[in-house]
Amino acid sequence: MAQLTFREAVAAGIAQEMERDPLVYFIGEDVAAAGGVFKATVGLLERFGPERVRDTPISEQAIVGAAMGAAMTGLRPIVEIMFSDFLATCWDMVANQVAKTRYMTGGQVSLPLVIRTANGGGTRFGAQHSQSLENWAMAVPGLKVLAPSTPADAKGLLAAAIRDPDPVLFFEQKSLYGTAGEVPDGEHLEPLGTAVIRRPGRDCTIVALAAMVPKALTAADRLSGLDIDAGVVDVRSLVPLDTRTILGEVRKTGRLFTVEENPRLCGWGAEIASIAADECFDDLDGPIVRITTPHVPLPAADVLEDAAMPSVDRIVNTVKGAMR
Amino acid sequence: MSTRTTTPSGIDRSTRLRLYRLMVELRDFEQRAYELFLENLVRGTSHLALGQEAIAAAFGVAMREDDYTFCTYRGHGHTLARGASMAGAMAELLGRANGMMHGKGGSMHLTDVTHGAMGSYAIVGAHLPIAAGAAWSAQVRRSGQVSVCFFGDGTTNIGTFHEALNLAVVWRLPIVFVCENNQYMEYTPIRSVTAVEHPAADRASAYGLEPILVDGNDADVMYDTAVKAIGQARTGKGPSLVEALTYRHGGHSRADPARYRPEAEVREWLGRDPVQRYRERLLAAGIDEGALAPIDSEAQAKVDQATEEARQGPPAALEEIEAQVWADGGSTWRN
Ligand SMILES: Cc1ncc(C[n+]2csc(CCOP(=O)(O)OP(=O)(O)O)c2C)c(N)n1
Ligand SMILES: [Mg+2]
Repeated sequence: MAQLTFREAVAAGIAQEMERDPLVYFIGEDVAAAGGVFKATVGLLERFGPERVRDTPISEQAIVGAAMGAAMTGLRPIVEIMFSDFLATCWDMVANQVAKTRYMTGGQVSLPLVIRTANGGGTRFGAQHSQSLENWAMAVPGLKVLAPSTPADAKGLLAAAIRDPDPVLFFEQKSLYGTAGEVPDGEHLEPLGTAVIRRPGRDCTIVALAAMVPKALTAADRLSGLDIDAGVVDVRSLVPLDTRTILGEVRKTGRLFTVEENPRLCGWGAEIASIAADECFDDLDGPIVRITTPHVPLPAADVLEDAAMPSVDRIVNTVKGAMR
Repeated sequence: MSTRTTTPSGIDRSTRLRLYRLMVELRDFEQRAYELFLENLVRGTSHLALGQEAIAAAFGVAMREDDYTFCTYRGHGHTLARGASMAGAMAELLGRANGMMHGKGGSMHLTDVTHGAMGSYAIVGAHLPIAAGAAWSAQVRRSGQVSVCFFGDGTTNIGTFHEALNLAVVWRLPIVFVCENNQYMEYTPIRSVTAVEHPAADRASAYGLEPILVDGNDADVMYDTAVKAIGQARTGKGPSLVEALTYRHGGHSRADPARYRPEAEVREWLGRDPVQRYRERLLAAGIDEGALAPIDSEAQAKVDQATEEARQGPPAALEEIEAQVWADGGSTWRN
């Protein structure tokens, strides 16, 4: 086991797959010579050369479009969209072209490509550089959607995404880039479509994603001091979704909380709440509670941003209040 | 073989007959598609390229078998010009199970990857970067393939035009961008909303490209243009941007009567019908009626046969609804 930061783990995941498969190419803005604005791709240019690791113009539509054309014709491209907010500039490519072309052509083309993007708040960048957009992607049939919370998953899920024959949107939470953790040595892969029970619990289940996972874990620690045994499930793969693991925990505890960084409406937690209500209503001992950012654009000032996003305090207080 | 039937640029008799045959087939297919639309057998929409056949045919004949075509919703001709099944295309228009995409794409999305027809794209401009991506892939795989991307005049005003052209030039990609300037977007003349007179050619210099403005209704000119641009791409000399002047004989889509176009203008362009014009030119060059008449009747027979196969096809299968979202053939998103 090596201790890696989340950003190093991203580079390690890409490197693992580029080493293994000569058809993997990586393009994006400032990703090659500069190693990425978040330094998550440092060293790849030196290792794999300028043909396979390439800087692009500021042309998000061309970046994703080129990846699509390349994926249709035999490459396995990885692209970086610097901030997930910029997906709005190429959403046609993502949602209309990449997501639908296999289906519309009756399965004539495969699109093995990965769109990596820095996602989420906590950096005081304001509303156009801080969004958590997993639910945009999740709403479009034809896209697989991942959002890891640990360095090990950053590497293992990214590598699996690159090997996957379908298009994957890979959300890297900006506030996690500097966090460190153990990453298995040698080839490391984590399967898509699997959630992980980070902490088993008896009294309630907190389902969280990406940067909300460490917060939920800290909250669970504090709740245990209040005699509430809260479990934490890391969703990590929204599409495909591991409902079996999530509902398994909810059935045991009878209570479900979601912690979502996204604004309220149509967040991923709403889908999980709906599935739980449909499929384990009789096991529930109380209402399902969603803890989210309010339905507002994210403000820039530190005090405002911190108060808007779900915090450890808010998770503790909400769970405590609901479990009374 | 008589040299009189060869053009000064060297297009030989048999190539010219292939060009003629392909144009007639595309013409007859579109005409039939229109009739079937009026019969309410084509339920959604269709965008016909009647009058624009020379461009698709010329590139179709000039391309190598493994080259890539990317086209628009007005793409029946471009797809068929690569050798895609006419019955498969017709059945797709009719929403039948034997359609090229099992009824899941429809008229606007004809695709036949086995023939290099990499798709018809219905969001204006989307396929320009995608075509560049296929060229990028060909380049790094050193496959010698060329990507050819067809689009309309209106497409030159959307951002992907700029993004794709710039990237293609910066990366020196093996691609040919072909703007079919049929003078109109849907109902609005291109000149009324564009900063320059020639929407593609006048902008070529912005990408360091040579302006190429050609008569898109002249099959010989189009063929020479295609051969040159494809050759340039294939030999590593990078992209070109061709603007081919043409005109659609009918409306934009469905049963659009196209009343927004001045009568004199329509008359003038009908006088430059690429199929009729080419037929006359071939006759004048000494290719006799006996060589052309069988082509005409064989094309009709081919379209008749395709129509019959399409009509006989069962409706699209309901299992298709949940098929082929993913590479495993299904649509499962949870366990
Ligand atoms: C992004 C986008 N905007 C608008 C439309 C609606 N639309 C479909 S075809 C068309 C006209 C396109 O004109 P042109 O590029 O000249 O192609 P033509 O139809 O003449 O072949 C428009 C506006 C669309 N499909 N996509
Ligand atoms: Mg037009």
